[in-house]
Amino acid sequence: MTEVMSVPSAPPLSPQKKPGAIRKGTSAMPVADLSRDTASLRRFLFGLPGVDQAGAESRAAGLATRTIKTTAKAWAIATAISMIDLTTLEGADTPATVRSLCARAMRPDLSYPDTPMVAAVCVYPDLVATAAEALRGSPVRVASVATAFPSGRASLATKLADVREAVAAGANEIDMVMDRGAFLAGRYAEVYDEILAVKTECGPTHLKVILETGELGTLDNVRRASWLALLAGGDFIKTSTGKISPAATPPVALVMLQAAKNFAEMTGQARGVKLAGGIRTTKEAVRYLVMVNEVAGAAWLTRDLFRFGASSLLNDLLLQWHKLTTGAYSGPDYVAVD
Amino acid sequence: MSSQRTSRAHAAGSPGSDAPAPFPPGIDPFIYAPAPESRETARLRTSYQIFVDGRFRDGEGESIKSINPADEEPLAEVSEAGASDVDDAVAAARRAFDGPWSAMPAAQRGKYLFRIARGIQERARELAVLETLDNGKPIKEARDFDIPTAAAHFFYYAGWADKLGHAGLGPDPRPLGVAGQVIPWNFPLLMAAWKIAPALATGNTVVLKPAETTPLTALVLAEIVADADLPPGVVNILPGGPSVGEAVVSHPGIDKVAFTGSTEVGKLIQRATAGTPKRLSLELGGKAANIVFDDAPLDQAVEGIVTGIFFNQGQVCCAGSRLLVQESIAEEVVAALRRRLTTLRIGDPLDKNTDVGAINSPAQLAKIRELAESGEADGATPWSPPCRIPERGYWFPPTIFTGVSPAHRIAREEIFGPVLSVLTFRTPAEAVEKANNTPYGLSAGIWTEKGSRILSVAAQLRAGVVWANTFNRFDPAAPFGGYKESGYGREGGRHGLEAYLDV
Repeated sequence: MTEVMSVPSAPPLSPQKKPGAIRKGTSAMPVADLSRDTASLRRFLFGLPGVDQAGAESRAAGLATRTIKTTAKAWAIATAISMIDLTTLEGADTPATVRSLCARAMRPDLSYPDTPMVAAVCVYPDLVATAAEALRGSPVRVASVATAFPSGRASLATKLADVREAVAAGANEIDMVMDRGAFLAGRYAEVYDEILAVKTECGPTHLKVILETGELGTLDNVRRASWLALLAGGDFIKTSTGKISPAATPPVALVMLQAAKNFAEMTGQARGVKLAGGIRTTKEAVRYLVMVNEVAGAAWLTRDLFRFGASSLLNDLLLQWHKLTTGAYSGPDYVAVD
Repeated sequence: MSSQRTSRAHAAGSPGSDAPAPFPPGIDPFIYAPAPESRETARLRTSYQIFVDGRFRDGEGESIKSINPADEEPLAEVSEAGASDVDDAVAAARRAFDGPWSAMPAAQRGKYLFRIARGIQERARELAVLETLDNGKPIKEARDFDIPTAAAHFFYYAGWADKLGHAGLGPDPRPLGVAGQVIPWNFPLLMAAWKIAPALATGNTVVLKPAETTPLTALVLAEIVADADLPPGVVNILPGGPSVGEAVVSHPGIDKVAFTGSTEVGKLIQRATAGTPKRLSLELGGKAANIVFDDAPLDQAVEGIVTGIFFNQGQVCCAGSRLLVQESIAEEVVAALRRRLTTLRIGDPLDKNTDVGAINSPAQLAKIRELAESGEADGATPWSPPCRIPERGYWFPPTIFTGVSPAHRIAREEIFGPVLSVLTFRTPAEAVEKANNTPYGLSAGIWTEKGSRILSVAAQLRAGVVWANTFNRFDPAAPFGGYKESGYGREGGRHGLEAYLDV
């Protein structure tokens, strides 16, 4: 954080450096040795500027007063749809519900064939093959939670096996859970090593690291966990599993977007942010897009760098789209439910 | 496994790189569509009258035109008070003070104040749009700050009306009598509330002169007062220019003068009231230091710097117009500040997404320009974000000066505009010394995560309000006022009562 570099107008989306490069000190990062051990990581993470909770809340509340209307709202709704990781993570999930979800992912609204496809379908590892089969040939990606989701309480070997199976079954993206126990206990090297190991297991498969911010307690911790996950090679940082409340909140999103922005300034690498859990309405989604636009920057307004993990959000976006195009609210019977 | 991914045509590390289908086609990127608040909401009338002795009437003075500073179009004709109107208003205020207002139980006085507060809330949207039209400030600020805070002041002081014996100012503090109040144009309704609410709560009656360029919301407040059925003469509102202000201040029937405005005029008023029994409170200019230490929460500090100097286009007496930033983080903070400034939206004040509106008057714009030019001439470097300034109206882009020395005029004189002077320091002692090196002493800000530093620096700053890890935050319960040439007396809170009581 010693110097501020100019941000490239478009973030590089070329394959990122191998995460191991950070350790070998061959990368351009000015923090080459900081991941050497827990003490080095702590020195770096605690050297980050603090987050003033009241200030972050008031900034988030200020951004929420933006009024997005007409053409801007249309753009925001379409963009939000294209950024959804359409998610089902229930014990009761069946191949049939996953296939139904995949059908909606590729064609969210039968009455508006122009509606963009969502970014991905997110399922448990055992349903990855079903989703991959259903989505074959479409640009919609298959995301799988892994690493003993949602608690993350398993041995590293088990977590890696979980990842390996999901990737083998056709997952394009892995949503792993960060070990909050180790993080809160201050065992930063352990957290770092685990993310690194998962990233290595993923290979080119996209890795999202779930911080479970609802368990981190402070925004300072959110910032530190964000940096830790980014340093260890996470392609995305993600707020929540959706199983813990609070999940994604505006101040948490603000801090994570700021971390992604600062990380890009420092390293030249643009990494993404995924907000998951509790985002159900168009209004909330549009507010988050405003936040992405004004905090991280317009370059982040793409599904390569920003996602919503949600299920019911899609239908509200479609209903609001109907309202915007026809002037009338069609009602929940006019969009599909799973 | 990799063959499968390849067959799915997904570039590694670049998920979903297939561009979203154009939906709707041709709209790109995220451009906020105009979201203007309706001008009709202001219920603007073609003419406004003065308010004396519970009645609206034409004043004896010339009528003045109130202009919309955002497009230079005239908004309304406003009747100006003359010398005889001032006499009538003071006499009416005296009658009300000697008669019904003093005879009334204090709880009843409080009830009237509660009614005014509710009246402001009921007409909040109308007042917000009217304030934006008359002043040029963004509707966002009028709507979310000016009007609600004005109502909050009446609510707060309504509660004090029957509890004055518990304010620590003696068992039965007495009102002073008739208060003459002269207010500025930067927060027209809010300043009226700051003046009228404590004066009435303590049992005084008032003659208030709103600023020449922004009289409209004070006259709507007069309607609210009339609708609240206050006894005639308790509140009188006399729009007009400096001559009306002078007549109010120098009127022998006035017991108390309260003024908010420039230090220059404050000095004139102090001279005019010297040797008279009139009590005086002054809230004047400022050149606040906003001090950012290297251990500050930087993202929030940047927000605080922006709020500090660009809130209300910097036309705030307590604006954080001098940024004192620790040398070790100066470059980083200025870079972050510049980036943040590029997201500020300048333009139509009625648009709900506007962050920076118009400068209130051509005179003020000329003053800002003159000082900004002096900054350049003195060798400081200005920077403004790329922004489109409307062709008509009075506008000045948000501006940051770096390379400012404490000897430059832009580091010493109050600019009262969206112009920030950035200075650096190395040690806390140097920060305090530079912060205090000004004839003013209204406000200051401290940004650090270290609690002990907040306490030690705050204790050394000669400023009436010291904000820690925030800036430009106001609450009716918090006293506000200055040191040195920023004036004396406090407004707000329990301390604000003292300015209107004989203690």
